[in-house]
Amino acid sequence: MIRTLPNSKTYRIGYSVFVVVYFMFLFAPILIVCLLAFNNSNFPSLPWYGFTLDWFISKGPRRVGVFYHAMNLRAIFTSLRVALGVSVLSTFVGTCAAFLFGQEEFRFKKGLYLLMLAPMVVPGVILGISNLSFANSLGIFLEKNLGIDLRILSPGLPLVVLGQSSFITTFVALVVIAKLKKFDRGLEEAAYNLGANRLQVVWFITLRYLRPSIIGGAVVAFLLSFENFNTTLFLIGSTPTLPIALFAQIRDGGSPVVNAVSFLLVMGMTIFSLVNLYCSRATEHQ
Amino acid sequence: MMNSNRAKIRWGFILFFIPVFLWLFLLFVLPHLELLRMSFLGTDYYGKSGFTLDNYAAFFKEPVYWLTFVRTAGYSIIITLIVLIIALPVAFYITKVVGVRAKGLLTLIIIVPFWVSVLIRVYGWMIILRESGIINQILVGIGLWKVPKEMLYTDASLIVALVHTNLLFMLLPIIGVMDSLDDSLIEAASNLGATKLIIWWKIIIPHCMTGIMSGSIIVFMLVAGSYITPSLMGGKNSLWFTQQIYNQFIIAFNWNQGAAFGFLLLFISSIIVWLSLKITGQRLSEVVK
Repeated sequence: MIRTLPNSKTYRIGYSVFVVVYFMFLFAPILIVCLLAFNNSNFPSLPWYGFTLDWFISKGPRRVGVFYHAMNLRAIFTSLRVALGVSVLSTFVGTCAAFLFGQEEFRFKKGLYLLMLAPMVVPGVILGISNLSFANSLGIFLEKNLGIDLRILSPGLPLVVLGQSSFITTFVALVVIAKLKKFDRGLEEAAYNLGANRLQVVWFITLRYLRPSIIGGAVVAFLLSFENFNTTLFLIGSTPTLPIALFAQIRDGGSPVVNAVSFLLVMGMTIFSLVNLYCSRATEHQ
Repeated sequence: MMNSNRAKIRWGFILFFIPVFLWLFLLFVLPHLELLRMSFLGTDYYGKSGFTLDNYAAFFKEPVYWLTFVRTAGYSIIITLIVLIIALPVAFYITKVVGVRAKGLLTLIIIVPFWVSVLIRVYGWMIILRESGIINQILVGIGLWKVPKEMLYTDASLIVALVHTNLLFMLLPIIGVMDSLDDSLIEAASNLGATKLIIWWKIIIPHCMTGIMSGSIIVFMLVAGSYITPSLMGGKNSLWFTQQIYNQFIIAFNWNQGAAFGFLLLFISSIIVWLSLKITGQRLSEVVK
């Protein structure tokens, strides 16, 4: 059954076949999408008509490659901006949360900690509609009573950033808290004894120590934001993010340009995870 | 010394507390309270809005609403079970069957596809399964089928895609706990004559229960709350509950009804999470790790 125990041949072969089938199942859809980005056909399907780069670099007018495809380029740019906003906001707040729960003592700490975990287990769709409703009601309230018209409260990119941050901050906080738990508070004590105040200690000692995990949290936030769909769906205004734009194209059957965009994303993610792996290996060896 | 330190720490506390408080209350607590309030609001025939239970009553009166709800919950449970049944042997293979070197590599290989957006993976399944898709072309090409069959937009295709997109969230927690299972327990049981099934039932599964539970909870929540996969791959007359919410909010523009649906979805997923935590005697803070 396990490495050290003898097994019948049929069992071993059967098991290996199962695992191979599993991995094929895992990779088949992704490989197919990537492969068809290079098919010399106007439809994202077989048969294979030959290799082409048209869906990346063709300028049109018959075929427009992704690098000249205005709508998809704009959507990618929008997503990058949103993801940047979310990762800045949620990294800042998430790091504050890590300090709050990792280093401070106060009443209702346990309760507030549970509340902080809650956004992770609330479906994204519900985060979307609740933030939409609240922003809308708040906007109406402000306009009626104070005469202020806050654009940020109507559907659009700022609201998307806020809505996504509502749950992504939790992920960042958990990443940073995990690292903070391993921190030796004796280092802080030493700094206090040498006359540093709380701010200096946080800035020069603890944040320095936490830097890798804060960067890691920011990257996680960026990726989560970049591919978020469910929450974004309800908060988006007239400028779609990439997942929203891709969704609309895929619903209409897709096109080889969608495959090309997907190929670029898959490559980006693979390179990222390899770099990530390499970095984590490197820090382990230190 | 101690006293002056403490005064400064309170200052730091305020600094950390305010952003966290603003985040949790402005982006989480108040929006949900507002959603709850809206779900109890409605307009009567004269256009006056006021408190009402109509939005929740509509859910029970209209079969299409509660049928969608039951369907979503039922399929989410079925999919969670399928994911579990696939994940257990794969996790076992990775942690116990292959060598240590292969273990790291295989773990990496199972994680990489999950960095790819759900949208792209669903798109892949659409290309494979649809009427002009890969499977049809191959099977018709070799003459096994005479005419292509539409395999997309069925419950089966929906299940395949949802299983595929959520497997990792079951695999990782199970791999985590299975790693800590002592091989000698399995060896001992085997030496004493236990069959494979008994070893699974009496040793492996009880040991992995924490991982199984957290995996199941995460998968269930993700499946029940998924929107992309059901709306791209589900049939025309087999809605997912999240689609009902979307329809009320964006298409019918009946936010009060949509808010009520949102709370019903939140309710069922909380109940299921709470029940499974109760049954296994775990805490939320342990599971989400």
